[in-house]
Amino acid sequence: MQTEQFYYDNKIVKKFVNATIFWGIVGMSVGLLLAFMFLFPNVTDGISWLSFGRLRPLHTNAVIFAFVGNAIFAGVYYSSQRLLKARMWKDWLSNLNYWGWQAIIVGAAITLPLGYTTSKEYAELEWPFDIAIAIIWVAFGANLIGTILKRRQRHLYVAIWFYLATFVTVAVLHIINSVELPISILKSYSVYAGVQDALVQWWYGHNAVAFFLTTPFLGLMYYFVPKAANRPVYSYKLSIVHFWSLIFIYIWAGPHHLLYTALPDWAQNLGVAFSIMLIAPSWGGMINGLLTLRGAWDKVRTDPVLKFMVVAITCYGMATFEGPLLSLKNVNAIAHYSDWIIAHVHVGALGWNGFLTFGMIYWLVPRLFKTSLWSIKLANVHFWVGTLGIIMYALPMYVAGFVQASVWKQFNPDGTLMYGNFLETLNEIIPMYWMRAIGGTLYILGAFVMLYNVVRTVRQGGEVTDELAEAEPLQRVTRKRTAKEGYHTWLERRPVKLTIFATIAILIGGMVQIIPSLIVDDYVPIISTVKPYTPLELEGRDLYIREGCVSCHSQMIRPFRSEVERYGDYSRSGEYVYDHPFLWGSKRTGPDLFRVGGKYSDNWHLNHFYDPQSTSSGSIMPSYKWIINSKLDKSQTEDKMEAMITLGVPYSLEEVERAQEWMAEQGAQIEKNLYADPDFVKTYEADKKYAAENGEDFVEMRNREVVALIAYLQRLGTDLKIKSPDEVTLTKNQ
Amino acid sequence: MLKYIKGNLENIDGVEIYPIISLVIFFVFFVALFWWVFTTKKEHIEEVSNIPLENNPKDDIL
Repeated sequence: MQTEQFYYDNKIVKKFVNATIFWGIVGMSVGLLLAFMFLFPNVTDGISWLSFGRLRPLHTNAVIFAFVGNAIFAGVYYSSQRLLKARMWKDWLSNLNYWGWQAIIVGAAITLPLGYTTSKEYAELEWPFDIAIAIIWVAFGANLIGTILKRRQRHLYVAIWFYLATFVTVAVLHIINSVELPISILKSYSVYAGVQDALVQWWYGHNAVAFFLTTPFLGLMYYFVPKAANRPVYSYKLSIVHFWSLIFIYIWAGPHHLLYTALPDWAQNLGVAFSIMLIAPSWGGMINGLLTLRGAWDKVRTDPVLKFMVVAITCYGMATFEGPLLSLKNVNAIAHYSDWIIAHVHVGALGWNGFLTFGMIYWLVPRLFKTSLWSIKLANVHFWVGTLGIIMYALPMYVAGFVQASVWKQFNPDGTLMYGNFLETLNEIIPMYWMRAIGGTLYILGAFVMLYNVVRTVRQGGEVTDELAEAEPLQRVTRKRTAKEGYHTWLERRPVKLTIFATIAILIGGMVQIIPSLIVDDYVPIISTVKPYTPLELEGRDLYIREGCVSCHSQMIRPFRSEVERYGDYSRSGEYVYDHPFLWGSKRTGPDLFRVGGKYSDNWHLNHFYDPQSTSSGSIMPSYKWIINSKLDKSQTEDKMEAMITLGVPYSLEEVERAQEWMAEQGAQIEKNLYADPDFVKTYEADKKYAAENGEDFVEMRNREVVALIAYLQRLGTDLKIKSPDEVTLTKNQ
Repeated sequence: MLKYIKGNLENIDGVEIYPIISLVIFFVFFVALFWWVFTTKKEHIEEVSNIPLENNPKDDIL
């Protein structure tokens, strides 16, 4: 049989490896800056594009999509060519994938700090980027599937199914969660609202973890661990069983992000049940990965690549045990909104994703550059420093989470909260934030050590060239050969059918959980007193989104005695029906704001934005002076209201027509309220006089951004005025 | 916008059958999968497990 000669594309792998290391360091640096902002909240004061709320999404997007994303491409491009014995289908698609992805990242790095955000976690990029992501992702998938179709290895190794499932599912998740109505080139509103938006968002969010942070990495594990250990995978059968059960079950776990919120009980319970079931397939992966090393544990002592991989897989096991436990309602009641969740995320991200990436890089770089690693010692130093970093990150955050949660819930014997002031709960955990910052510093230090080692390795190596390979083309499958094969083997030879079945598998969970929320009328009971936001409040809400307030403040009061005591009546699903997008939040670095309306005077809010420490001693909130000085842009208000009408919010056309007038009235009222504070009057009048004397433009308070934000905050939670039980439509969904 | 979808799907009677169908699909699929796992030939498993290792022996550069 005639063999064919062809070349594996190594240059594209090199490009992706470079991008992985570069963006990894960038993303981790932003993370480190954020960690230090907890300790020095005023470190970037006055610079809006370096404030915490604006930078947090930059960190998450950079580490997930730029660091892990490029690592996925590097690993998939390297391994799939060799597993399929074919060069990538189209070089131009490979390059489109690479350059397109980096362009999106650069765009993110510019737009996110400038406040262009949808506020939906790990989907913050606005709609032009969503379209770009879809195009580049399809290019990636087309390239992968094209390569599969022209392969010379008939059987699809398990890693390839993981890659296929990744491609298909991420495409579905991204498209459905990104359905939004654009207002302008960089602003859009989610078509979903309130509870539905929360459900779609966390179906997406959890499955981003599953199918971006887990399945591609399991694929990479199934290739690079056997390569590094030079042993076959422990149990191929186990890999098949856990692959299918993982992709079936993972999709349903999304509601575990919404336990004890206003999501209907049956949806919450489904999420819990499936999250618990998820332990089995996840640990199937861990067991397979670790036991692949049986007989080769000796090598772990000397080989840093295997060290990284072993810790990575162990952290995967830890995180996938912890995750299901966190999905139990009683555990979740403690953990939600606290730093325990941050600990959990970083065990997975730093341990599983980070370390597996590092192991892969240390294995790949010498081979690409046809040399040996410049310093095994330094690689080991990286390993130990990084491991210590993970521990010093996670452990203090666990303690912080437990402390926060218990302190939030404690009552005095007379029924009042023991720690009535939220800031008292914050002060207790500052030492843990110090330790976390040190842990993060260690971790990034390790990455710098890797950078140095890689640079030295590259310098001593040769140029990266495409690798010559030889293989027989696939023979036509005759009936004689297939006579005795099982049906899964039959399936492995049909990648397109395999992909379609995988797609069906992942769609089921999403459809069962999401479709009822869209079609069932009384899914969200209507509360008659809940009305849409006024135009000024809508503008204020968009400022809340722009500044990323949702990163530190939640807007969802759970039905616990301690929360009702601290924040007011618990949240009803009907109160969020006009919230496009929802702003329930995931973390309480600061208090919940759902019923902050009417709690503080307009002056308090102004002073708090000007200098949070002045009204709240010990607060770590940064100041927002630019909101107080900037003019509110009212040029898009009518467009925003019209978009909301399209999305089902009942504004009347008359209300849209008098929007400017309405905003001026409401703004003037707030300005009048602010005059209650003589200090404000003094400064404001002085500023006005100064501007008049010097011929400068003066923006009246009623037209400034802070007034819109105050209007929004003062509205929050005030619509729930139940006078009689008849006013609220009851539902059996409780 | 979703009003259009909503109006049509709402009229489906007995929409509860769908989760039941889901469960049946899951169940049948996994029973079949486990059947395959327990009956497949050992040599096929050996062959397929070694696919990543079939490549060059010059892999001990580290």
